[in-house]
Amino acid sequence: MSELGWIDGALASARPQAVAALLRYFRDLDLAEEAFQDACLRALKAWPKNGPPRDPAAWLIMVGRNAAIDVTRRRAKQTALPDETVLSDLDDVESVEVERLDAADYRDDVLRLLFICCHPDLPATQQIALALRIVSGLSVKQIARAFLVGESAMEQRITRAKAKIGGAGVPFETPSPAERSERVAAVIAMIYLLFNEDYSAGDSQKERAALCDEAIRLARLLLRMFPSEPEIMGLLALMLLQHSRAAARYDKHGNAILLEDQDRALWKRPLMQEGLALIDKAMLARAPGPHQLQAAIAGLHARAATAAATDWSGIELLYQALERHSPSPVVTLNRSVAVSKVSGAQAALDLIEPLAGRLNNYFYFHGVRGSFLKELGRSGEAREAFNRAIALANTPAEAAHIRQHLDALSAQK
Amino acid sequence: MLYAVLCYNDEAAVFAWTKEEDDAVMTRLNVVHQKWEKQGKLKPSIRLLPTSAATTLRKSDDTILDGPYAETKEQLLGFYIIDVDNLEEGLAFARELTKANPGGAYELRPIMIFNQGA
Repeated sequence: MSELGWIDGALASARPQAVAALLRYFRDLDLAEEAFQDACLRALKAWPKNGPPRDPAAWLIMVGRNAAIDVTRRRAKQTALPDETVLSDLDDVESVEVERLDAADYRDDVLRLLFICCHPDLPATQQIALALRIVSGLSVKQIARAFLVGESAMEQRITRAKAKIGGAGVPFETPSPAERSERVAAVIAMIYLLFNEDYSAGDSQKERAALCDEAIRLARLLLRMFPSEPEIMGLLALMLLQHSRAAARYDKHGNAILLEDQDRALWKRPLMQEGLALIDKAMLARAPGPHQLQAAIAGLHARAATAAATDWSGIELLYQALERHSPSPVVTLNRSVAVSKVSGAQAALDLIEPLAGRLNNYFYFHGVRGSFLKELGRSGEAREAFNRAIALANTPAEAAHIRQHLDALSAQK
Repeated sequence: MLYAVLCYNDEAAVFAWTKEEDDAVMTRLNVVHQKWEKQGKLKPSIRLLPTSAATTLRKSDDTILDGPYAETKEQLLGFYIIDVDNLEEGLAFARELTKANPGGAYELRPIMIFNQGA
């Protein structure tokens, strides 16, 4: 790390807490961000001389708050005398012991900051862009590159999203336990969207891979603040387990490799270990939620040394639980794959036939159905299903994968 | 003389390192590890997962707490390395120890890297 690298790192890791606390003081997002920028500039001057403060986030909050109050005071001077109550707040923080912030304050601050990005009126991509800008502090340029759009388009998007949440009013009162858990649920969903934004994109681009890391970083932050929340453990576990397979997921032409065909030696063990440990711990709470269940499924795949050693009946049970918890035709479709391994292709086919209406335009439905039909020797129907899947494929890699099935069918003749 | 060297740092910062930063630190550490291992002086070395993955068993009332052991009036007096199927089995081990030696707590922290050493 370069000599000043530690400062960049400390500023980045303190950012969510600092911006969140400044937002509580100023109740204005732009002012909070400005104050944080100001504090960072001062840190770059002060820290190399004085060494890092004991609590960088608290230092940045105090310095940022005072800097912004200075600005407000200067502006006020041009029109009227400064307000006495504002002046009385002007301690020289760099000389006094920094105010100790309660961990519970931090927790609600950071949760609020994340939560305002999840405003239900904002489309998912704007929620994510806003969180990356405000909470993670990525530059508009970095975010634009990750979303494959122009910088000015992204700038506009973020400005519009900010205007929308500004108009909606930010909830500043301390949340009740029920509100807090609602906020946590919304934030969990947003972080997982951020992770998937990258995950489903395939990946040769570094910027998009960075989004995965950022999602994991935010989940870690959330878990440090809510260490007993099993769904947050589940979320982090799920992302770590999926991310551990990143290097094995695509071949050198960028084609997706199915889980059962992946080279398991490429799976990253430390990430996997942590994911497994977290899901293990979450399970002790006996309060399963959708992220825990998906993580548990990913965990059973991770534990299998070879594809053949996969505990499919365990996976099938977990999918049943997921179906009960959050019923959806896609979950049932996923369960059918486990059913085909445990009870055979006919049982699996029986399970998904009723979904035909709802999933008729879904690539995976026809791909999975085709593979069951193929296994049952119903080649003509299988070919029809595969052709339908190819027509619905979203990427060349998906189409190429189905074509392999078709080739295998032709070879059987 | 056998010593345990306990490693302390700010985990929020360490687990926010990018993969490149982490790899760079591990590479530098491994140079030191190898040197001391060759002399037969480095025994098992361990990197722990973050405290968010820890579970604590308070011995006095058999209460399970999420997170690390946070009391300051007791000190770290030793540790075991166990290889068990899951956290539940790990807790079963800790409960047996509790019967033999009540008082204090056991923190179960999953291990990220385990090097056997010389």
